[in-house]
Amino acid sequence: MKNKKHTSLLLIGVFLLSVLSGIFVYQPLWSQISSFRPWNLGLDLAGGSYLVYTVDLSQVQATDQDSVVTGLRDVIERRVNLFGVSEPRVYTEKAGGEDRLVVELAGIKDVNQAINEIGATPFLDFREVTQEGTSTPQFYQTNLTGRYVKSAALSFDNVTGKPEVSIEFTNEGGKIFADLTGQNIGKPLAIFLDNQLIEMPTVQEKIPNGKAQITGKFTVDEAKQLVERFNAGALPAPITLVNQQTISADFGQNSLDKAIFGGLLGTLLIMLFMILFYRKLGVFAAVALLMYTALTIGIFKIFPVTMTLAGIAGFILSVGMAVDANILVFERTKEELKRGLSHTAAIEEGFRRAWTSIRDSNVSTMITAAVLYYFTSSFVRGFALTLFIGVVVSMFSAITITRSLLRVFWKDKVVSSNVPVQQ
Amino acid sequence: MKVIKRRFIFLGFSGLMVILSIASVFVFGLKPGIDLTGGTQWQVSFTEAPDTSTLDVQAFLVGLTGSDVSVKKTDGNEILIRLPSIDEQTHQQYSFKLIQKFGKMEEMNFSSIGPSIGSELRTKAIWAFIFVLFGISLYIAYAFRKVSRPIRSWKYGTVALITLFHDVIIPTGMLALLGYLSGVEIDTNFIVALLVVMGFSVHDTIVVFDRIRENILITRGKIFDLGEVIDESVHETFTRSVNTSLTLILVLLTMLFLGPSSLFYFILTIMVGTIFGTYSSIFIASPLLYISERIGKK
Repeated sequence: MKNKKHTSLLLIGVFLLSVLSGIFVYQPLWSQISSFRPWNLGLDLAGGSYLVYTVDLSQVQATDQDSVVTGLRDVIERRVNLFGVSEPRVYTEKAGGEDRLVVELAGIKDVNQAINEIGATPFLDFREVTQEGTSTPQFYQTNLTGRYVKSAALSFDNVTGKPEVSIEFTNEGGKIFADLTGQNIGKPLAIFLDNQLIEMPTVQEKIPNGKAQITGKFTVDEAKQLVERFNAGALPAPITLVNQQTISADFGQNSLDKAIFGGLLGTLLIMLFMILFYRKLGVFAAVALLMYTALTIGIFKIFPVTMTLAGIAGFILSVGMAVDANILVFERTKEELKRGLSHTAAIEEGFRRAWTSIRDSNVSTMITAAVLYYFTSSFVRGFALTLFIGVVVSMFSAITITRSLLRVFWKDKVVSSNVPVQQ
Repeated sequence: MKVIKRRFIFLGFSGLMVILSIASVFVFGLKPGIDLTGGTQWQVSFTEAPDTSTLDVQAFLVGLTGSDVSVKKTDGNEILIRLPSIDEQTHQQYSFKLIQKFGKMEEMNFSSIGPSIGSELRTKAIWAFIFVLFGISLYIAYAFRKVSRPIRSWKYGTVALITLFHDVIIPTGMLALLGYLSGVEIDTNFIVALLVVMGFSVHDTIVVFDRIRENILITRGKIFDLGEVIDESVHETFTRSVNTSLTLILVLLTMLFLGPSSLFYFILTIMVGTIFGTYSSIFIASPLLYISERIGKK
């Protein structure tokens, strides 16, 4: 019985792994053991804000677009970090020929303030001016924008004592500024902030040191605020909020509780059904289902998969399907029993012959999940991912775990009368 | 199991359901949700005046926005407001005015989606449909590639796709009716649910077809009555078809009644799809296979 020993070892391994996984996913217990990998909850469960901005790259050269978008993400990330949100996520997306910036703020209290702060990130740019006589001046955008601002400081005009904002450009920005001032000696150069003309000083000489002053008509407070914002970063390209979703933390918690409760009860009902319908065989399926649940949730957590409501729904669906393979095997086993095979032989034969049906029927769900994953975004992705992982693990659990359990614990004589043979 | 003998009853019932569903879609139309068209969905509750009537809120908001506003009560005292897409400034302005008028208000959920995102989601949904259909068709063709006698493998595939259409159109018709009766909208969740139903639908059908294929192989060389073989196969797989769906329906039921309300129509769509999917794999797929074979012989 070397084979049986081998199976027992495998089973003990899987069992221990499931127990470990169970402890790992049960946060009230796990949080006392280690702070490794807390649950990663999506915005719809943790509460928070999901903001989507479109980035206007029409004024940026094609070769520069990627670096501008990356710079933009960094600037927003720095700003968002100032709110003290735990693990904000800021990422860019290309969709429908547009560049988008997505900001996810989990567990944030005052979303409106956050939106205002992000929106208040200044967009600075310098424009060349042509003016004939007293006609309205024409402005032409240049390459010099807020992306080249290295730092800003508050200073005061030596003569008038008015507050000023001194800007220091990065090396690259300094060169552009030097060229720009060199080309426009004696002509005005306009400074725009959020597309509003701030001032239009006349260039006296080429400025090679990469420093500029914005005098404008600021109060001291305004100038201070502007300096802070410039130091947090100026936007290299303008952005517009196109999509906003905010979910309160209570609402999220409530959904989470309900989903967990519904899922648990559903799992228990399935176990009960399996035991009532398939008796002893059903008990094995129920045990395997428990191990399946612990293992799969463990995989979600260690990956880590960000758990959203849709993700939980996907997993719960996979629980509903996880015993399908068991049902196919057990039904096949019953048929083999009718043909006069012994229980052990019938079970082995049931597993062997049900396999093609199990594989074929799961593949269609896997195709759906894969398409959903690649063709959708954010919320739906969580659903597709958990459904896919769930279905894959369920094939393993229904076949390997249940079969090992049966091989080790099934005793022909004792239980044979408990298997309903009649249809 | 006399599925073949009574095939016209089963097919008639399904035909009627499909016709009713298509009619429902055409007569009532599908009401697209804000995530597909762009718009604002705003869930609040007035903590100071929880009894505030939705009509008052609606009248106030119509006065404020001058546009189409719908206001409904959802759970308890929560109020769901729908507006065209608005920006953050406007949101705060409305929020301020609502508090001024009706007292303290708690915001549970606010989402405003621009029209460009909506149209993009629509395109993505259509592509997802095409790819799932394509993937599943390819898979069926692959799974049944070895059988060509007496039933050609493409017939299994075609029948599986017809039942798939049946399983998808019925929940769609139901949603159109619900949209007409109680304003239920077609959103991304619904589309995802339909795609899932497509996956499940094939699931059960494959189990029955697998058995038909196997039983045909057993009788190979002998004279046999295809109707009898199909009946026998349906009989043999009946318990597993029902049980595999039943376990799924058990969890769907608990989620429907105890799970979060935001998933209600998502779960409902999958459940109705699963129920009709099971029905179709037992009572529709096999008769259709039989009929397609008979027509081919004539």
